[in-house]
Amino acid sequence: MSALLEVSGVSVSFDGFKAINNLSFQIGRAELRAVIGPNGAGKTTFMDIITGKTKPDEGRVLWGEKSQSLLAMSESRIAQAGVGRKFQRPTVFEDQSVAENLMLALKKSRNPFSVLRFRASERDRARVEDLATEIGLSGALERKAGELSHGQKQWLEIGMLLAQDPKLLLVDEPAAGMTPAEREHTTDLLVEAAKTRAVVVVEHDMEFVRRLNCRVTVLHEGSVLAEGSIDHVTSDEKVIEVYLGR
Amino acid sequence: MSELSAGAFRRKPLVVQYPSLLIFLGLLALFTLGVTVLSEGFGIGVISTSFVKTLGKTLCLCLVALAMDLVWGYCGILSLGHMAFFGIGGYAIGMWLMYARTELIVIESLAGQALPPTAQEISDGIATQIFGVVGASEFPPIWAFAHSLPLQLAAVVLVPALLALVFGWLAFRSRVTGVYLSILTQAMTLALSLYLFQNDSGLRGNNGLSGLQNLPGLGDVPQSVVSVWFLWASALALGLGYLACVAIVSGKFGSVIRAIRDDEARVRFLGYPVEAYKLFIFTFTAILAGIAGALYYPQAGIVNPAEIAPIASIYLAVWVAIGGRGRLYGAVIGAAFVSLLSTWFTGGQAPDVNLGFATIQWVDWWTVLLGLSFVAVTLFAPKGIGGLFDLIAAKRSPDRHGADLGPDPGALREKEANE
Ligand SMILES: Nc1ncnc2c1ncn2[C@@H]1O[C@H](COP(=O)(O)OP(=O)(O)OP(=O)(O)O)[C@@H](O)[C@H]1O
Ligand SMILES: [Mg+2]
Repeated sequence: MSALLEVSGVSVSFDGFKAINNLSFQIGRAELRAVIGPNGAGKTTFMDIITGKTKPDEGRVLWGEKSQSLLAMSESRIAQAGVGRKFQRPTVFEDQSVAENLMLALKKSRNPFSVLRFRASERDRARVEDLATEIGLSGALERKAGELSHGQKQWLEIGMLLAQDPKLLLVDEPAAGMTPAEREHTTDLLVEAAKTRAVVVVEHDMEFVRRLNCRVTVLHEGSVLAEGSIDHVTSDEKVIEVYLGR
Repeated sequence: MSELSAGAFRRKPLVVQYPSLLIFLGLLALFTLGVTVLSEGFGIGVISTSFVKTLGKTLCLCLVALAMDLVWGYCGILSLGHMAFFGIGGYAIGMWLMYARTELIVIESLAGQALPPTAQEISDGIATQIFGVVGASEFPPIWAFAHSLPLQLAAVVLVPALLALVFGWLAFRSRVTGVYLSILTQAMTLALSLYLFQNDSGLRGNNGLSGLQNLPGLGDVPQSVVSVWFLWASALALGLGYLACVAIVSGKFGSVIRAIRDDEARVRFLGYPVEAYKLFIFTFTAILAGIAGALYYPQAGIVNPAEIAPIASIYLAVWVAIGGRGRLYGAVIGAAFVSLLSTWFTGGQAPDVNLGFATIQWVDWWTVLLGLSFVAVTLFAPKGIGGLFDLIAAKRSPDRHGADLGPDPGALREKEANE
């Protein structure tokens, strides 16, 4: 199976501080991957590089069948190519309703002139309603996103991600601020999503990662420290030393 | 704002989705009819012609405020250059007005000669008349199309559009945002105004273009009638402009630009080319401003570089802030309210206030009052005058914390009720 995303030899430094150091990473078309690592390991920066927010000093980021380089593309082009992202801090459009947030994310032409002519069809609305049900917000479609609780905003953002229907989902700490029941629901959603697409989950909570039951990549000081099953990495000497042993 | 939240989701006719549209258009029509009936030209003559002009000009200011609200209140671009586009619109129409009227005068004055005047003589005559004040007697290249009304009308739209397109493309592409963008737009305005102040700019330097109230070939029609014509045209432009703005902000496009205003990076990660949206709005509003200016200056009679000075654009932002940004009727209310009040104060009609130790003369102190109200609004009532409508609406409907107002599926939801 060819890789959907191939990151190789990527480095980035901020004012001389190497946040990412010769990092290489691959993920397949329908794969779930957990990325763990201590604070400041470079997990968010890694996502910034893939989504075009941060340009690396060196290295390659190749995407899809044609092995296109993502480095030359703008954030919006990368998103259009099929990379969806959920941020560490929930970022939804607080002044707009849940329905509007989902409608914005729905996979449709992003061209200003088509958006100007856009009228939501019956199917679009049904899709938004389905998504809202899936994320437990079907009763809150008309509410402003700003009125939602922290956990609900997390949900909404996950819903927006699903609405985008990306080929690769990057989720940064999705379970932060959620109740145990909600965490379980999130795991189910992510596992389900990974059946048809690639999903990268950054998470601190070991229990959560264990439940994802997938390959784990451990980041430390900007590069990959270990990779493999959860049992494999948790028994790794180096990993225990820098991360688990603390 | 609450009017909009259902827009992206439920399909409804524009007026149902956005009820203030109908109210606005109704009030505008009523206002226009009322002024017409009271005018000297078409009615009982209670309102003087000069006041009809003031009202007509106010409608144009409302239109440019609408543009400002779209670009700033909805898209988050604090442009301090939209009065430059307004001025350009005025210059574009002013060139034709001045040329065509001077042409008639020159032809008339040459008619007495034995030989019929040549085209060159006429052209020279017009040039001497127009450019005598700046010591020139030849047409600058910029006047190449001044003889043609259709071409100058096209310029009213195209010149602001092109300038906004080029400027916006350069600025947005480099991701200039926030206060830096404001400074950049301000610099553009200042540069344009300084350029126009020069005598060899080809646009008569600080004299500007004058006599614009006289419509060529319609010298017999009294100003009392012309003023009402312009009032109608301004009202029509404002009505159509409002309709266009509502159409833009009520749909998904409006949702995208409000999202850009609140978190443009997030919008990019959803795949929207943010720069293209900003460019669209910046250019569209520049066109609206140009049209507003083209209707304003024939009523004002004169356009000069001082009108394009940066301070004018700052006032525009103040009007929108006082009226309430992010709601279209707020911009209109702000522009109408503040500009009419300003006319009253600076026109010397406001009585001086004698404090014993000093006398407040409003002609001078009005700007101070305006500045203070701006600060007060920003600090204490960020929703502006438009926020009052929320207060009234909130009193009428109970706070159900987002729940429907009744158990039936068709019951009003809180959002709708708050309209
Ligand atoms: N824009 C930036 N400028 C300077 N330093 C940065 C920038 N972005 C990240 N860093 C630094 O790079 C390092 C990696 O940060 P990053 O946010 O990627 O860590 P993380 O693994 O996501 O941590 P956490 O678990 O706390 O979210 C940190 O030391 C951070 O201070
Ligand atoms: Mg992080």
